[in-house]
Amino acid sequence: MNTHFFGDTAVLLGRSMRHITRSPDTIITTAIMPIALLLLFVYVFGGAIKHGSETYVTYLLPGILLITIASGISYTALRLFTDMQGGIFQRFQSMPIARSSVLWSHVLTSLAANLISLAVVVLIAIAMGFRSGAGALAWLAVAGILFLFTLALTWIAVIPGLTAKSVDGAGAFSYPLIFLPFISSAFVPTATMPGPVRAFADNQPVTSIANTIRDLLAQQPAGTSIWTALAWCLGILIIAYALAMVTYHRKIA
Amino acid sequence: MTAQPMTAQSAQAIHVQGLEKAYKEVHALRGVDLDVARGSIFALLGPNGAGKTTVVNILSTLLKPDAGTATVNGFDVAAQGAQVRESISLTGQFAAVDEILTGRENLVLAARLRHLKGAGRIADDLLARFQLTDAAQRRVSTYSGGMRRRLDIAMGLIGNPPVIFLDEPTTGLDPQARLEVWQAVRELAGRGTTVLLTTQYLDEAEQLADRIAILHQGRIIANGTLTELKQLFPPAKVEYVEKQPTLEDIFLAIVGDDRTGSSDSAADSDRAER
Repeated sequence: MNTHFFGDTAVLLGRSMRHITRSPDTIITTAIMPIALLLLFVYVFGGAIKHGSETYVTYLLPGILLITIASGISYTALRLFTDMQGGIFQRFQSMPIARSSVLWSHVLTSLAANLISLAVVVLIAIAMGFRSGAGALAWLAVAGILFLFTLALTWIAVIPGLTAKSVDGAGAFSYPLIFLPFISSAFVPTATMPGPVRAFADNQPVTSIANTIRDLLAQQPAGTSIWTALAWCLGILIIAYALAMVTYHRKIA
Repeated sequence: MTAQPMTAQSAQAIHVQGLEKAYKEVHALRGVDLDVARGSIFALLGPNGAGKTTVVNILSTLLKPDAGTATVNGFDVAAQGAQVRESISLTGQFAAVDEILTGRENLVLAARLRHLKGAGRIADDLLARFQLTDAAQRRVSTYSGGMRRRLDIAMGLIGNPPVIFLDEPTTGLDPQARLEVWQAVRELAGRGTTVLLTTQYLDEAEQLADRIAILHQGRIIANGTLTELKQLFPPAKVEYVEKQPTLEDIFLAIVGDDRTGSSDSAADSDRAER
């Protein structure tokens, strides 16, 4: 719609990436909690868990990656909130630019920042004994699913980023998202859970996404869970994007 | 309702008619009319909550009015938003600068977003003009309030937009920084830029503005030059009062002498004018 969209998005992306490289602590903080969980579960609880994978770290990693993303997007909301609060968002919106590039640059920054955090967590997992014989195609599929999941959660994060009244509010929405993997197949197989809990765990998005990633990395046929996982990612993405757009247009004429 | 001929319309940098805007509970604007001549400084004066920011946000296409029309630089804010944004710059109530970037990077960013060639040179020129060259490579988070405001205004000048909105440009600034901003605004108008500024300070409007409109509870209750506004009131009684230095005079005399560097000249020349 606007000829400047790509140029403006690139300029604004450069700006937010500079924020990340100048305060890398946000990436470290994003990765620290998942790494701590990884260490705790592998070296403390892991020995007592029947998981059916070669090593527990191999079983656990997919869920930890999803937690990494859930904690990473709270910074997406925070960065957007800071721009709203400081008035620079309004400044950009009053300039002769493609207006949507302001939001898109935040979304792309979120993808880049999460990619870095995910890489850090994977490296730690490898150091802890995670191994996968998966081929390039399977890794590509894993990357694709993680990308879709990050994009979906990023658009969720845009909503509190635009509407929050305080810094705490901008970050708090991510707590339930971080907690969701605990009631799923991310840490333990759902089979041992009591009826209602298991019913919830089996039918919430994290289980199908974690199972799919686990199967892909273990070179197992992913079966129907890959379609369920994709459906969840796309469904959340579409709804979150639509809600974020409504919120955005309520803020800006 | 276009009673005015086209020539008169285009002679105005800003033309506002019957502007209304209500938020959930508050009726912020209840029919605002105003005209701002090209190259003039127009002050919108009013207390907090009078609707000043709402007017500015509508004129800079951040808000849609509920009723009424507004044109900026001849473009309709509702129908020609993109052209309006080409014609203006907005400096909001808070210094909307990027804290993590350096001063120079902020200016380069603004120049790139205005799609100008030679962003680096434009940035260097403005840094010099606003006495920020020494601080150019420092992160803005280390800047003083006055420096931030100067950078903020400098960012707004990039691309030489014909119309500039300054929303409470001196709120929260110390007296020196205030004088520096005033100086910058006068320079702008001297170059032919139209400035619409909002303020809650009477002396600011008195010092800077060619015309002053008083906004109260969403309506313009007075509009004219300072002389015209004075004539609305009974002539002043002549009293003889011993002239004592104000606290501001004392403060500036003491602090001003000690200061070295960038912003001395602006403050000094301003004092000399009075």
